[in-house]
Amino acid sequence: MSITIKDVEHVANLARLELSDEEKGQFTEQLNAILKYAEKLNSLDTENVEPTSHVLPITNVTREDITHESLPIEKVLLNAPDEEDGQIKVPAVLE
Amino acid sequence: MSLFDLRLQDVHNKLSHKELSVTELVDESFARIKATEASIQAFLTLNEEGARQHAAELDKQLQAGAERGLLFGLPAGIKDNIVTEGLRTTCASQFLDNYNPIYDGTVVSKLKSAQSVTIGKLNMDEFAMGGSNENSSYYPTRNPWNTEYVPGGSSGASAASVAAGQVYFSLGSDTGGSIRQPAAYCGIVGLKPTYGLVSRFGLVAFASSLDQIGPLTKNVEDSAFVLQAIAGYDAKDSTSANVSIPDYTSALTGDVKGLRIAVPKEYLGEGVDPKVKEAVLNALKVYESLGATWEEVSLPHTEYAIAAYYLLASSEASSNLARFDGVRYGVRADNPANLIDLYRKSRSEGFGPEVKRRIMLGTYALSSGYYDAYYLKAQKVRTLIKQDFDQVFEKYDVIIGPTAPTAAFKLGEQVGDPLTMYLNDICTIPVSLAGVPAISIPCGQAEGLPIGLQIIGKAFDESTVLRTAHAFEQNTEFHKLRPQL
Repeated sequence: MSITIKDVEHVANLARLELSDEEKGQFTEQLNAILKYAEKLNSLDTENVEPTSHVLPITNVTREDITHESLPIEKVLLNAPDEEDGQIKVPAVLE
Repeated sequence: MSLFDLRLQDVHNKLSHKELSVTELVDESFARIKATEASIQAFLTLNEEGARQHAAELDKQLQAGAERGLLFGLPAGIKDNIVTEGLRTTCASQFLDNYNPIYDGTVVSKLKSAQSVTIGKLNMDEFAMGGSNENSSYYPTRNPWNTEYVPGGSSGASAASVAAGQVYFSLGSDTGGSIRQPAAYCGIVGLKPTYGLVSRFGLVAFASSLDQIGPLTKNVEDSAFVLQAIAGYDAKDSTSANVSIPDYTSALTGDVKGLRIAVPKEYLGEGVDPKVKEAVLNALKVYESLGATWEEVSLPHTEYAIAAYYLLASSEASSNLARFDGVRYGVRADNPANLIDLYRKSRSEGFGPEVKRRIMLGTYALSSGYYDAYYLKAQKVRTLIKQDFDQVFEKYDVIIGPTAPTAAFKLGEQVGDPLTMYLNDICTIPVSLAGVPAISIPCGQAEGLPIGLQIIGKAFDESTVLRTAHAFEQNTEFHKLRPQL
């Protein structure tokens, strides 16, 4: 399985990255090399092996449904590149 | 001798007897930084005013005879992927060049309770992706033993700053070896705790199922003290383990009589520098002389670990780094055509090449039609790797091998060849996938560059790991070697 510049363009779009032509060429080459190396996993029979998502025997951690004080809005906006009326401002979503 | 060569206990005795002040400790830090920083380049942000103010406060408390925290007055460096309220945190990425956190990570709060003094934020590979610090978007940190060589990574500056005597200790983070490998390259002690022992709240996530914060110190005793201060359950981290925390320093008995050591043949095979192998075998002789026994074992799935790791870590990274979209913080590109264009342009401007490469790999591995072949397959292989460790730990107390197959390499030597760079992590990555604790301690040198010994333990058995490391240190001199700067 080998990936092409077209695949790289598709993945870049999914990842919200804009790549130069040079980057596209480089990534096609490097990702092919890495994925080729990863093919060695196929030589292992994992038919009856359970996947491990992380090593701890913990699942579905929830907290009590109690309201807590949240961060003050002025603080939250400190790092926002653009804001207006206590809200973070972005370009129009609807045309 | 530097003040930072004093044992923690001795520092605290001197403070008690008014032979030393916290201000003097902090002065030592900044004087050393002034003298060495031009050649080491360890810091991205210095907290000089804040640190001096904090030192003055602590000295006042000392005068008043107040109770002291565990790490009272000790100058600390913090890796720049751990958020510090009001102190710039960049992850060594242009994306976060102007990011000023509005809260402290849990480990930072814990250090504040333990009363260490934060000297500044330490350089790293961008978003912790790399093993040489060359992926910092600012400047590469240098190895204090030879500044033409890399300090390792991704916590390269966390290791270099301790080795160069700029701070008393530092915190780093380890995803596939990022504490242990730089500790080995810089000739100091680096501990990766069991996954879940130390809270990840406030650690900017790279690969959530692997990331773990740990201490970098000049000796094993300090490592135990810092671990004591930062370990423990945290409700703010959903994978924090609710386990009781033992007294780690009381484990440092020097006694390893009857300790059963396993030595995986895969960690001393092809690609391991003969000098590294020799240093490890010499270390095993030290353990034999102390009454421990060792046998060769096999971790048969070792050769699959790197492939599994890069698929898992990159997949998780591609998901975690989706939050860097230019909306709430960090870079926002000028004049975007629309919201999607804003995401795309901001991310492309803000991320460096290795980060883009891993996001691309991870996005591909998780994309429709490939999930089972890559991500799920890697998770299953991870199970096999963990089982390798479980089986060995049925019969042995610790696993010992090298931390890295070679000593540090030269700057620029491996840039442009990501796969070779990834292979440096062959001895540390399987341990990360198994989630168990491991420490790197100095055990020799090759051409003037340090070699690290890796001691791996059972899950949550940091005490045995520290005891084993400490016993070696008590009977050797490697941890006393300092670079000439």
